[in-house]
Amino acid sequence: MSHKHADPAALARLLLSHMDGALADLTEAQFAAMIARSTSRAAGGPKPPLRWQDELIEKMVPLRCSVLDLGCGNGELLLRLTECKQVRGQGVELDPGAVFECVARGVPVFQSDLDAGLKGFSDQSFDYVVLEETLQTLHRPVDVLMEMLRVGRRGIVSFPNFAHWQVRFDLAFRGRMPVTPRLPRRWYDTPNIHLLTIQDFLDWSGENHVRIVEGHALADGAVRPLQPGDNLHAEEALLVVERSDRWTQM
Amino acid sequence: MVDPTPKPRGRSSAEDDPPDSPSSVGYTTAHTVRLATEANPFPLEIGTRSIGPIDVEYETYGQLSPTRDNVVLVAHALSGDAHVAGWDRNAEATGRAYRTKHPGWWDTVIGPGKAIDTRRYFVVCSNVLGSCYGTTGPSSIDPGTGKPYGLRFPMVTVGDWVRLQARLLDALGIERLHCVVGGSLGGQQALEWALAYPHRVERAIVLAASPRLSAQGLAFNTVGRHAIMNDPLFHGGDYYGRAQPGTGLSVARMMAHITYLSEEAMREKFGRRLRNKERPDFHFGIEYEVESYLSYQGKAFVERFDANSYLYITRAMDYYDAAEQWGGGDLVEACRRIQSRLMVVSFSSDWLYTPEECRAFALAMCRAGKPVTYVNVPSNYGHDAFLVETGPVGHLLRHFLDGDQR
Repeated sequence: MSHKHADPAALARLLLSHMDGALADLTEAQFAAMIARSTSRAAGGPKPPLRWQDELIEKMVPLRCSVLDLGCGNGELLLRLTECKQVRGQGVELDPGAVFECVARGVPVFQSDLDAGLKGFSDQSFDYVVLEETLQTLHRPVDVLMEMLRVGRRGIVSFPNFAHWQVRFDLAFRGRMPVTPRLPRRWYDTPNIHLLTIQDFLDWSGENHVRIVEGHALADGAVRPLQPGDNLHAEEALLVVERSDRWTQM
Repeated sequence: MVDPTPKPRGRSSAEDDPPDSPSSVGYTTAHTVRLATEANPFPLEIGTRSIGPIDVEYETYGQLSPTRDNVVLVAHALSGDAHVAGWDRNAEATGRAYRTKHPGWWDTVIGPGKAIDTRRYFVVCSNVLGSCYGTTGPSSIDPGTGKPYGLRFPMVTVGDWVRLQARLLDALGIERLHCVVGGSLGGQQALEWALAYPHRVERAIVLAASPRLSAQGLAFNTVGRHAIMNDPLFHGGDYYGRAQPGTGLSVARMMAHITYLSEEAMREKFGRRLRNKERPDFHFGIEYEVESYLSYQGKAFVERFDANSYLYITRAMDYYDAAEQWGGGDLVEACRRIQSRLMVVSFSSDWLYTPEECRAFALAMCRAGKPVTYVNVPSNYGHDAFLVETGPVGHLLRHFLDGDQR
């Protein structure tokens, strides 16, 4: 075993052979900028909009369609969709406090544990089933994804991207569980138990007859259509999915 | 956010809202209205029978708005009456002296500023057909014989009750309900309203009730009726003018009270504590606290309830099956009728109308493509929780009532 420091050029070659394309495509200046921003996190970049997904979903869904919001929280999205798009909305939420807030807002809410499944909901009974920032908190995320595509004609899924460069930096170089604006909790109090990356989701979709109809990313504080390289650049992703088999398409 | 497990409401007078409290509806006076006559009787659901005359006792609180759009109809449960809130002004005169000790049965949520705010809503509650609180029932005089009906009173159903309530509202000039609300058997009436009169109901709240009673519930009702009908004083239901079959009725009530509490609630409330003694006396009198409680409940009930009414009302409870009535046995099909906003609330330790049954009902609404709110309130108080958990129940009522129309 050699006690010499690694040859930087050899190390770079070795790393590049395992990197995803997005990382390999970075220029030196871009890479340096990322490192600089990661090390001075407090300075921050542009403020990411809160609940950026809601605005997208509002634009996306047609008037008077039906929307099932899984893990609907205090009902904010459904309230918005009911007011702006006259949707037939139904929320599902477990937290008693959030359920009470839904009632106060006049949002129909079904108190239930998502991990217990959507058993009882009819096949293809909603136009859209929304799973906003919830997937990574579920005990059985794949079961819930499959159920949402059984109950809904389309699914809208959003989640924090665990392959975002800040996350990678924290883990790879600082050796600590990432704490970022979109993953703000420490390892011991995070509700996230099944973290995933955009690429993980794309891989899973490809293997399971799930088609990505539409994709959006939150990157550098802005919302834009998903593009190659976003597995590195996107803090969060929102994907519209549908089954490419079995169910009749919309 | 409201604390989901608030301090339980005691039944002591100290916690009752006195009549002069700004949040009490104060002293109340019941009204009676004749809604069917002998010449023009009320048709009943079962058989070809109809009944007349029918007098209905009801109470109202608050003011009916000029557009008549602020009506909240409250439906009472098995042993309930029209006296939901406030203090009965005529308690002594009408032979209901027990009412001087406590306000109406749901005074905790009805009154100025309370969850069902009488400054805003016009609250109506009527006593059901077959009961014994001023509405025609088995103890009323049968015009055919000039004697009390007894068991010659016709079988009545939840559907009959709701149609009679609709007739009452017609008489009051009320077309639409802002909300209909009830717990237990009252919850089934609220559901029946949403099914039978979908266009008259804007909101329906079903507390601690499902679209039909379980086999276990049927079993308990059966035993209660056995106790009454096998009491030597029952005399085939013709005991009026004599002592009523009090032993049977109190046994029925004691057993019902067991089903209203949960195992945890009994353990917490009574445990195995002895009643006013250090060690048992080794006799068959009252030894334990729980014995004393049940015995008291049984006796108090006999003073205020009619055994025949108990038979008829528990039978109506047995027969009710919303799916059968409105969906040919298919609950989802029945739910398709519903046009109102619906909230179903279960209580975690209720084993009479279980959270599972209530949840299944709410799911049937979802399957029918209808929006529904379903909340399972954590509580140790069993079926009684719908009356006891006034914190979360009050919050849900207030917000569901006040929520925007959509």
